[in-house]
Parts: sequence; structure tokens; C-alpha cells
Amino acid sequence: MPPTELLAAAHALPKDPSGPPAVRMKGLRKSYGTHEVLKGIDLDVRPGEVVALIGKSGSGKSTLLRCINGLEVFQHGELTVLGQPLKHDDAAAMRELRQHVGMIFQQFNLFPHLSVGRNVMLAPSLVKKTASRAGEERARQLLARVGLAEKFDAWPDQLSGGQQQRLAIARALAMDPAILLCDEITSALDPELVGEVLGVVESLAAEGMTLLMVTHEMSFARKVSNRVLFMHQGRVHESGPPAELFGNPQTPELKQFLSSLHS
Amino acid sequence: MVDFSLWDILRNLLLAARWTVLLSLVAFVGGGVVGLALLVLREAGGVRGRGNLAARAVAVYVELFQGTPLLMQLFLAYFGLALLGLPISAWSAAAVALTLYASAYLTEIWHGCVRAVPRGQWEAGQSLALSFGEQMRHVILPQAVRIAIAPTVGFLVQVIKGTALASVIGFIELTKAGTMIANATFQPMLVYGCVALMYFVLCFPVSLWARMLERKLHAAH
Repeated sequence: MPPTELLAAAHALPKDPSGPPAVRMKGLRKSYGTHEVLKGIDLDVRPGEVVALIGKSGSGKSTLLRCINGLEVFQHGELTVLGQPLKHDDAAAMRELRQHVGMIFQQFNLFPHLSVGRNVMLAPSLVKKTASRAGEERARQLLARVGLAEKFDAWPDQLSGGQQQRLAIARALAMDPAILLCDEITSALDPELVGEVLGVVESLAAEGMTLLMVTHEMSFARKVSNRVLFMHQGRVHESGPPAELFGNPQTPELKQFLSSLHS
Repeated sequence: MVDFSLWDILRNLLLAARWTVLLSLVAFVGGGVVGLALLVLREAGGVRGRGNLAARAVAVYVELFQGTPLLMQLFLAYFGLALLGLPISAWSAAAVALTLYASAYLTEIWHGCVRAVPRGQWEAGQSLALSFGEQMRHVILPQAVRIAIAPTVGFLVQVIKGTALASVIGFIELTKAGTMIANATFQPMLVYGCVALMYFVLCFPVSLWARMLERKLHAAH
């Protein structure tokens, strides 16, 4: 085990040490053809933990995130989510797993043909068979929570970027996930809209949601996360609590990465 | 010698045009149903990574029908099936051949429309635990239909004109009736002029409709 991973194990802050890990990876490897993007990832995420993934583009951080809900298929290693092994070719098992793992995308991926309210209500009504009255009430609650109470009957393309991303968060929350995956969720936003989205994520973190986020917002990662993983060439190159990782980077690669952000 | 008035010609052509319309509708509706089934088969294979065999079989089917003349397909349906001991009427042969022909084109058109829906829409549906069928029905198809309407209606024009080929296997629709009347009246220019005009009267409103739908759907949202 490389020293950086020992460091990670030492600094993981379990909020609920008794239960199974929210996410556990062992020797996870993934290739596209002959190009290996993930070269053996070991990772334990405790329930309630907030983990930030940082690194250059192409370092494998988004791919790692997308493996957790099966959007990407890995070839070797083990991945368990909430104690259940992930089985790609078992549609029923994947459907069960995805009910507990929400995802928010860089490009929002809202359903443009459905109103704001129906974007939120669609999945619960289909997957959880939520009655339409109860579903609507819940959708209104969630929209109010992300500051979109007035937009229930609006269309997604009538919203600003920040509002669209907040709607995407409400849509994911409607399934009551235990884990939320955030894939560069502020990268497509104008700078002045980043704050409103991060505010919502921060409140989720404060409520104990398990969060894994790929982000370029270092100050946000520093403020909200319990642990930061620096990915480099398909491996977790260095990891630890944010204060340590940002304050005292150990490897030349991380030092270089952090200094490149300031230039 | 019998004299034919213009009305005699028009009346007989109009009667035959009914069969052109009916054959077009059968081919279009039948082709639509078969095409949709093939589409679902193909997308299910493509998305899940397995069942690729089905997706490939559909692709071959499409290539076969797009890569051979409709006239040959009609001949094969009519004479081929008869050789195999399945005597089939000209009407049935034309309906079957045109239905298969339309299904191959429609499934290809719709496949393109499904592909035009951004990948992120599938991923959002998957992430929300929707099954393949639910993703297709509630997320992908409603968006694909919007894109598909204009080219689909446009293809209806192709089908209407394609039915003219059914005349060569002896099915009496507009073109065949035109040939027979031209032979009887010795007025081919007049008769074929009327025939062409009737095709135009059938096709032009459909083209206009396709254009109107395209504008309308692009304006919405």
C-alpha cells in the first residue's frame, strides 16, 4: 500500500463506524480498449462522509464517480454500495442500487419535455409508485428547499443555469438517495451562479448526506469535505483531510496541480 | 370507336386513386408498426451492450431494403412467393413489400432521431433508477418524436410515390389505371398528365404539412 493510502485510512472520519461503508472499492480497474483509466482504486467512504475528488482532466475522477452508479462498467476489482456488490448485468439489482444513489451532472441533463414539477415527480411515480398527490406535495417541498417554489409549472429552459442545476438536485433528492454523486456540477455555470448551487450542496452535507463530488472549486472542497482525494493518472495519488492536503501537499504532482490553479 | 370525355378519364383515374391512397396508408401504418418494433429491438440491444445480435440483425434488414430497388422487392414478393407455392394476390404482394420497405426506412429515420437525443438524457434516466422501457417511453421517445415528425411525414410522400411501382405486378392503382386508359384512348399526354397531377394533389399537402410541423415543433420550447 503506498504511503498516501495509509494516510487516507488514518484520516477517514467515520461518522457511523458501525454500519457498512457507503461505498467500498477494492482494486477497481477500468479500461477503454487498451487505455487504462482506473488503475486499481481502493476506497472506503463512510456514511455521511463528504469526499471531494480533485485532479487534472483525464485523471479518472469522473470515471470513478460514474462507476459507483453503474454508468461506467469496470473490468476488475470489487465495488460495493451500501453493502451490496454492484452487478452490471442484473437489471433489477442496478435499479435497486440506483434508488439509493443520486447523481447530478455537469450539463444538468434535465428532461426538457417535462415541466419543472414533473421533472421532479417522474422517477418517484414510476419507480416508487408514489401516488400523484403525495408526489406533487413532495416535489413542491423539494423545490421550495432549493429555492424554486415559484417554478413548479415553468419549463426547464426558462430557468437560469443555477436554477437548472438546483432543479437537478431536487430531482435527485426526490428518490431519497443515501448517496449523492456530483460530477463537476458547477463547471457549466457562469461564475456568479456557482454560489447558489454550492449553497444547496453545503446544506446537504450539513444534514449528513453522503457526498462524493468531482470538483474544481478548491475553496468549496476545502470548506465542505471531510476528505480530499487527488487523482493522478488513474490512481489516488494523495489523499487526506482538506486542511492537510491543501496546506501541506506531499507529492510533487499535487504541488504542481495546486500551483497551476493559482496561476 | 368509342369516344372518351375528359370526365370519363378523370372519373376512372379517381376511382383507381382510392387504391393508391389505401395502399399508401397500409404501407405507412404497417411500416410504422413494424418499424417501431424493430427500433425498440435495436435500441435495447445497443443500450444494454448485450443483445447486440438483435441490433445487428435490424441493421442488416435495413441495409437489405435500402440497398435493393423497391421494384425488385415487389417482384420477389409477387413472383417469388408464388414460386415457393404461396400464390399471393397483387394487392397482398404490394401491401407486404411496401410495408417491409417502409418499415426499414422508418426504423432507420427513427433510429437517427433517438440517437439525436443527448446521451445525458439516458444517463439521467438511468441514474434515477428508471428501467430501459421507462427511459424509452418517458424520456427518450417523447423527445425523439418531436424530431421525427417532420422527416416521417416527409417519408409518407416517398411511400405514396412508391406505390406507383405496384402497377408492374398488375395491381390496379393510379399508375396502372393511367396506363390502361392511355392505351384505350390513345391520349397518353392527357392521361399521364392527369395521373401526375393527382399524385401531386396527394403529395403536396403532405409536404406542406411536414414543413408546417417542422416549423411548429422548432418554435415550441
